Amino acid sequence: MKTATDIYEEVIIAGFGGQGIILAGKLLAQTAMQGGFETTYMSSYGAEMRGGTANSMITVSNAPIASPVVTSPTALIVMNKASVNKFARRVKNNGLIIYNSSLIDEMPDIEESIQTVAIPADDIAVELGSVKIANMVIFGAYLQKRNILSVTQAAEALPNVLAKRYHKMLDINIQALRRGAQSAEKSG
Amino acid sequence: MCGNEAMAEAAILADCDAYFGYPITPQNEVPAYMSRRMPEEGRVFVQCESELAAINMVFGASATGKRAMTSSSSPGISLMQEGISYLAGAELPAVIVNVMRGGPGLGNIAPSQGDYFQATRGGGHGDYRTITLAPSGVQEWVDLMPLAFDLADIYRTPVMILADGILGQMMEPVVLDKKPKRDLPAKDWALTGAKGRCQNIVRSLYLKEGAVEQHNYKLQKRYKEIEKKEVLCEQYEIEDAEIVVIAYGVVARTVRAAVDLAKKEGIKAGWFRPITLWPFPSEQISAIAEQLKVFLTVEMSLGQMVEDVKLAVAGKCPVVFYGRPGGGVPTVEQVLEHIRQLWTKQK
Repeated sequence: MKTATDIYEEVIIAGFGGQGIILAGKLLAQTAMQGGFETTYMSSYGAEMRGGTANSMITVSNAPIASPVVTSPTALIVMNKASVNKFARRVKNNGLIIYNSSLIDEMPDIEESIQTVAIPADDIAVELGSVKIANMVIFGAYLQKRNILSVTQAAEALPNVLAKRYHKMLDINIQALRRGAQSAEKSG
Repeated sequence: MCGNEAMAEAAILADCDAYFGYPITPQNEVPAYMSRRMPEEGRVFVQCESELAAINMVFGASATGKRAMTSSSSPGISLMQEGISYLAGAELPAVIVNVMRGGPGLGNIAPSQGDYFQATRGGGHGDYRTITLAPSGVQEWVDLMPLAFDLADIYRTPVMILADGILGQMMEPVVLDKKPKRDLPAKDWALTGAKGRCQNIVRSLYLKEGAVEQHNYKLQKRYKEIEKKEVLCEQYEIEDAEIVVIAYGVVARTVRAAVDLAKKEGIKAGWFRPITLWPFPSEQISAIAEQLKVFLTVEMSLGQMVEDVKLAVAGKCPVVFYGRPGGGVPTVEQVLEHIRQLWTKQK
């Protein structure tokens, strides 16, 4: 784990409604809080109820956080094409983009210093038994790449953000986090 | 738990007896949360047929000596102004939460600080003031709730909490605990049934010649006392500052980050945040103005609080403004750029 004193990680997680964007965002914030970091979480609140784009903005830092609104993220986790067009060019230099290559074939031209990682999140999720856990797959990949928080920490935080009625799904979600992390490791 | 929900729980911890509300984004989580939690606590929750009904139910509940509150967002708060004026006139305590959104009119559902004038000048008719508290984070919002109820009870006045869409929707770690109350006066004016005592009358209508004038002097005396005793503000790196940036609410956090970056560039910048918007920290600002080259006021509006800053500074130094309205949120980079420009101009 990083021990540097100057962590100020601003993350945008984006996709369409139903992809678990909000849950992944809450899990990041909860994991950060339990890990002793300062954290803020905010999701976009569109006027539409369903089918629209969803995104959550999370800041993780070891100093007090200024604004919870993230305009230029240090890391972007992106689940669908529409969100690539919206957010990819906002990522800071030397930042990180992790994208769901099951639904996104290619990245637009972006600043060279930005690292891009392709994770076939939907395919891995289906292999594990449900496309619904693609959010956990890609979030696991993020944890592995960033190394600020661990998959184990996220697994510990998960019961606190997942509604009780879904707790029978805890194991498969944790499995998804692990598979995502492995997939990111392989991608180099 | 988002800011709206944390605030609602804090109101319950502050012994709020009754919540009345009508849904509006971005504060819908408040009535949703209250609809579940208030009955659990054996207290009153009413989803009203309109904002007018909500504020008048607050009036009724408060008249019986109970702690009552409502919450809404900008257009809904406009509808409540008549009731707020009546609360002020009838000297009734109440807590009103405004989770501001873009206006004028129905505007949009994005965060804004466009209701500063309405809150601090009294959006309703008559010669009254409303204590206005402006939290900058979820923890502070939670901490201000018991204070809001206490101030309302002590001074028998409506208290407004001015939050915004960001604060309502965001989540951050928060500690919820029960705070001790201040020394509160007995509510011997409340309507509790007149058995064994003379009747109490709660009203804002005084038809006898000169009575309303006297009533206003009485209210005014109380407002002066509030101005003297209840100002809250926070300052940072003021001592050798030549530029001080003023902001309230969530924007103040963005501004503080910009001030920190400016200092790293060698700019002598400081930061000031009013927590009470009325009473406004005029004395504190006036004192800072003595040593300063320039004040920069930053708001999510096109310039409202800046008028109070100018009144406080009274020409001792220039007051410059930067703001974005209707859902535009100033970024750290934008504020920093304005600080840089001012600094270069001074040199």
